[in-house]
Amino acid sequence: MPDWKKIRSDFPVLDQQVHGKPLIYLDNAATTQKPRVVLEALARFYARDNSNVHRGLHTLSMRATDAYEGARARVGKFINAADPAEIIFTRGTTEAINLVAASWGGANLQPGDVILLTEMEHHSNLVPWQLIAQRTGAKLRYVPILGADVEGGLDLAQLDALLTPEVKIFAFTHVSNTTGTINPAAHLCSRAKKVGAITVIDGAQSIGHLPVDVRTIGCDFYAFSGHKMAGPTGIGALYGRRALLDAMPPWQGGGGMISLVDYFESRWKPSPERFEAGTPNVADAVALGVACDYLDALGRDQIAAHDGALARLAYEKLSVLPGIRLLGPRGERSGLVSFAFKDVHAHDIVTFADEDGIALRGGHHCNQPLMKKLGLTSTTRASFYVYNTAEEIDVFAASLRRILKFFGGA
Amino acid sequence: MSADLSDLYQQVILDHNRRPRNRGKLPTANRVAHGDNPSCGDQCSVYLRLDAGVPGQPDRIGDLSFDGSGCAISQASASLMTTQLKGKTAAEAEALYQNFHAIVTTGKEPEEISDLGAFAGVHAFPARIKCATLGWHAALNALKNDATPATTESHTD
Repeated sequence: MPDWKKIRSDFPVLDQQVHGKPLIYLDNAATTQKPRVVLEALARFYARDNSNVHRGLHTLSMRATDAYEGARARVGKFINAADPAEIIFTRGTTEAINLVAASWGGANLQPGDVILLTEMEHHSNLVPWQLIAQRTGAKLRYVPILGADVEGGLDLAQLDALLTPEVKIFAFTHVSNTTGTINPAAHLCSRAKKVGAITVIDGAQSIGHLPVDVRTIGCDFYAFSGHKMAGPTGIGALYGRRALLDAMPPWQGGGGMISLVDYFESRWKPSPERFEAGTPNVADAVALGVACDYLDALGRDQIAAHDGALARLAYEKLSVLPGIRLLGPRGERSGLVSFAFKDVHAHDIVTFADEDGIALRGGHHCNQPLMKKLGLTSTTRASFYVYNTAEEIDVFAASLRRILKFFGGA
Repeated sequence: MSADLSDLYQQVILDHNRRPRNRGKLPTANRVAHGDNPSCGDQCSVYLRLDAGVPGQPDRIGDLSFDGSGCAISQASASLMTTQLKGKTAAEAEALYQNFHAIVTTGKEPEEISDLGAFAGVHAFPARIKCATLGWHAALNALKNDATPATTESHTD
């Protein structure tokens, strides 16, 4: 088992005070902090190997290419992809989902086809599908949530009625950024496969927290961001099954993705180059590979157990506060809690907690339709990662109690 | 609690947040405008009745109310605003807003002694300025009879 206390010293940013208090960073669902090895990998690449990749015949370009392609293989191994060519580097989850929607959706969707989503999707797994539905005449359909506070997750009993032959795509989040629900990804994929729908998983909230094996899950696409798994911002990946990727048209044109260019037409390289027009984000990809090493050294089973235990502890401590409304499952949950009070607004809570050195997030969490359905405009969210401790949760709960008292809520 | 924080959450603000004045739809309203703050989800609707003045005189706000949801700053600001704008002309309302805007962005004292000064603490929290001005934007739009929802995203404040 990792020495969780010692892990803190791997993250330089944590060693600071905010408003005179030790920083307690509980905004990990928005972005995680980066360990020193990741920061060093970035600096080392720029200081020693920086060059453009591919086509280069000089030493630095070959080094940069090896490092970039090595990172691709490393990321592929991280999620157990069958082939590194199944990993397309993107800016993050959002761009990865847009890529599938524009390329696969643009080539395959017909009027009358259905894109099945769920009511708990982040805007990044909702708006790209709205855009492609408008372009192609496809329709959107939603798997409903279960329970007034989403305590039941998705209403799986509705799947039979929803997964009709018109469904061409089933896109869903692995872990909800708003409720902490962990969806049964493998089950959903196998159900979708029965009607011939392709599956697209938003892995933004799962990738850094749970063991992810795309072949066990059985998905066609899996999208994720580096910055939510101890890696840099500006880099993420789309996993896609090779057979699907090779049949998909490019979605952006430019250098690096062509095999032959004429004045009036061009031919494309296979995946992954076909989907990576222009100079890629080499340094951040290399550092993402190092983040994979870092998380695997801790062990993702261990990380999942640690984050989940902190979330359940926080849930328990918060559940006794008068008037609190906690979203999501009562039992097993991912590493976050999300809650609302009738009389104290999330932004007032976040401002007060900041005075205690605690970083929280308040708002709709890019989940406006779900908020509306739940009769909320915002929640406060505390989200945990490898460096957070049970003591920090005590400080957070005490801070929250003071805030409620100040606003006359308790 | 830090001095900045106690400046932000003045008693006047807490009081308006707990017991908002003129909250709810105004049955006699002849103008309505909505404001929203997309980044945080705050919403505010302002209902007002503009009464025609005697010939040669400008219209005046006969009555007004607000409704919505949001943080203590946004709700208290909208509530206090409704108490300040009653009886004012559009030009007077605009001038009052300019004064309020200066208070929340610079922390300066109000031109005349008024509860608006309670919002001076907002200036130390730049991210919250848009909370304090949301209701005002909606009210000014209602006065202009501008049906476009006021959004704090397109304003620098």
